[in-house]
Amino acid sequence: MSGFKSTERYIASRDLEVAVNAAVALQRPLLVKGEPGTGKTVLAHEVAAALGHPLLEWHVKSTTKAQQGLYEYDAVSRLRDSQLGDPKVADIANYIVRGKLWDAFEADRPQVVLIDEIDKADIEFPNDLLLELDRMQFFVYETRQTITAKHRPVVIITSNNEKELPDAFLRRCFFHYIRFPDRPTMERIVDAHYPGLQRDLAREALTVFFQVRDVPGLKKKPATSELLDWLKLLMIEDLPAEALRSQDAKLVIPPLHGALLKNEQDVHLFERLAFLNRRGG
Amino acid sequence: MFAQFVLALREAGVPASITEYLTLLGAMRAGVADYSVEDFYYLSRAALVKDERHLDRFDRVFGQVFRGLEAAAEGGDGGIAPRDLPEEWLRRMAEKHLTPEERAQVEARGGFDKLMETLRQRLAEQQGRHQGGSKWIGTAGTSPFGAYGYNPEGVRIGQDKSRHRRAVKVWDKREFRDLDDGVELGTRNIKLALRRLRRFAREGAATELDMAGTIRATAHNAGSLDLKMVPERHNAVKVLLFFDVGGSMDDHVRASEELFSAARSEFKHLAFFYFHNCPYERVWRQNQRRRDAMIPTEEVIRTYGPDYRAIFVGDATMSPYEIATPGGSVEHWNDEPGATWMARLLGQWRRSAWLNPAPRDEWGFTQSVGMVRQLMEDRMYPLTPGGLDEMIRELSR
Repeated sequence: MSGFKSTERYIASRDLEVAVNAAVALQRPLLVKGEPGTGKTVLAHEVAAALGHPLLEWHVKSTTKAQQGLYEYDAVSRLRDSQLGDPKVADIANYIVRGKLWDAFEADRPQVVLIDEIDKADIEFPNDLLLELDRMQFFVYETRQTITAKHRPVVIITSNNEKELPDAFLRRCFFHYIRFPDRPTMERIVDAHYPGLQRDLAREALTVFFQVRDVPGLKKKPATSELLDWLKLLMIEDLPAEALRSQDAKLVIPPLHGALLKNEQDVHLFERLAFLNRRGG
Repeated sequence: MFAQFVLALREAGVPASITEYLTLLGAMRAGVADYSVEDFYYLSRAALVKDERHLDRFDRVFGQVFRGLEAAAEGGDGGIAPRDLPEEWLRRMAEKHLTPEERAQVEARGGFDKLMETLRQRLAEQQGRHQGGSKWIGTAGTSPFGAYGYNPEGVRIGQDKSRHRRAVKVWDKREFRDLDDGVELGTRNIKLALRRLRRFAREGAATELDMAGTIRATAHNAGSLDLKMVPERHNAVKVLLFFDVGGSMDDHVRASEELFSAARSEFKHLAFFYFHNCPYERVWRQNQRRRDAMIPTEEVIRTYGPDYRAIFVGDATMSPYEIATPGGSVEHWNDEPGATWMARLLGQWRRSAWLNPAPRDEWGFTQSVGMVRQLMEDRMYPLTPGGLDEMIRELSR
């Protein structure tokens, strides 16, 4: 069957393709987990592009309520309007603000909905969306109407694992864990993003990158997106491959490390290790 | 169709349900897996596993249940070379049709020729039933691939042919081993007790309309609206867990791990560290890498503010010198006694407690338990639901 596949810009492993296609075929949500920076959010963009559907993004924060994705009743405006004697006040429908899911349900063509970082919200958030994602419909109490999806949207949900998600919610989803890519896959990813990159620079950079990832005790291991940023910097600075190779034997801080190490303590750890290495060697 | 597989998964502790099984069948019918074993593996994984910690268990069960399947699938399109077939078949027959006594006989006589002879006889007898090309692999399913290489004489089954084993590799690699927490979520009791610690506190920016306050303020303003906001409620309890590992704690590992799993799902802010017997100037996060990934205790004290609650889990059973004197540690030379470090930790986290997996009435028999209790100002509790309740009452003051 046709469907989602790797593109020139996005390298998807075969298991990811199967998971996406299963979710699309059965019209179930797809839950994607994985280290930060391995392309969870980008996946939704690529799926939307591959299927030719528009993408609706719903970014979840710690204060986000499930209701906000459906609709909100703006009681405060209505109260204010009533005090000012605005005639709009008589119709409650004027104060119903549509959420992302409502937009997706009412759309004339299928949509891809991204619910980004669902684990940031309150523990009850996923539970509050169970029925809505299952039946793809919800009820608006204020106006007594039921909103049903004209076309069931493709729902992609990402999580960074900060909270456990409830079982009942998980039962309804397909699940995919994006593993950190191995070296050959990484080479393909780099090639997809920077086709003009000198071969030896890419090779040296990847060696350094995987070395950095192997350092024990790092607070935040650099991921794919960090690698891509770093390569971009290396290209802008026009560093020769030798600049990276000189450190093969010993671990030292790689040039432009700011793109790879995002944490002050990690940089300190690195400096300490580099110092020990110099003394030892 | 795959009910056996789902049952095997549940037995191995992967919580797959009927809903998910039906989903899988639905996806099969929709043609997502395209008759390839590898795709079927990916599809069933996406449908049945919902937590990366269970991926490794899934791989193991998949390997067991579908062992042999890959040969059938490869045979279907690529085709097994004709000259391979009788040999292969013979080998599998060896496993299937020789009784243990016969196998013992073969071993005793050391005769491979004899074995092949027996096999050929069996083969002749069985021809009527087993003729159809690939079918025999399907029917064989369970046993012939199962017991690899029983016969030391070299009738090994399924180990040499790398060509046929391409597909099975994916799950045999077991790439998700690191993610397995090892323990099932702990007893419900522990979770319930910990939930009490999860107190709701109001702090942060004002985000919620305070209805009562607004009405009061509006009335005060003679009817013109005056909105009042209050901060939203969220879980604000922060917890540090220190686990004693090794030595006398080995007996209590299970209980401690249960506590750990339960705690993990209950708190938003939770950090954990390991120590051995008594905390000294360094602790560690990964038990396997304790030699090379030590964290200075000073750094832990600097990193986590006094609003954290510290919970130590350990049996506090050690030599008194490990607490009281410099150099008393059984593992390394410590410049300062354990008591000093304990005092520092307790100075940083005023709300702290010690959980002891040993029953309370055994505490009196060990001198060091008394010493730790004194250091903890008597805030030592047994690792039982009752003890947890006591601890939580103390910690949430």
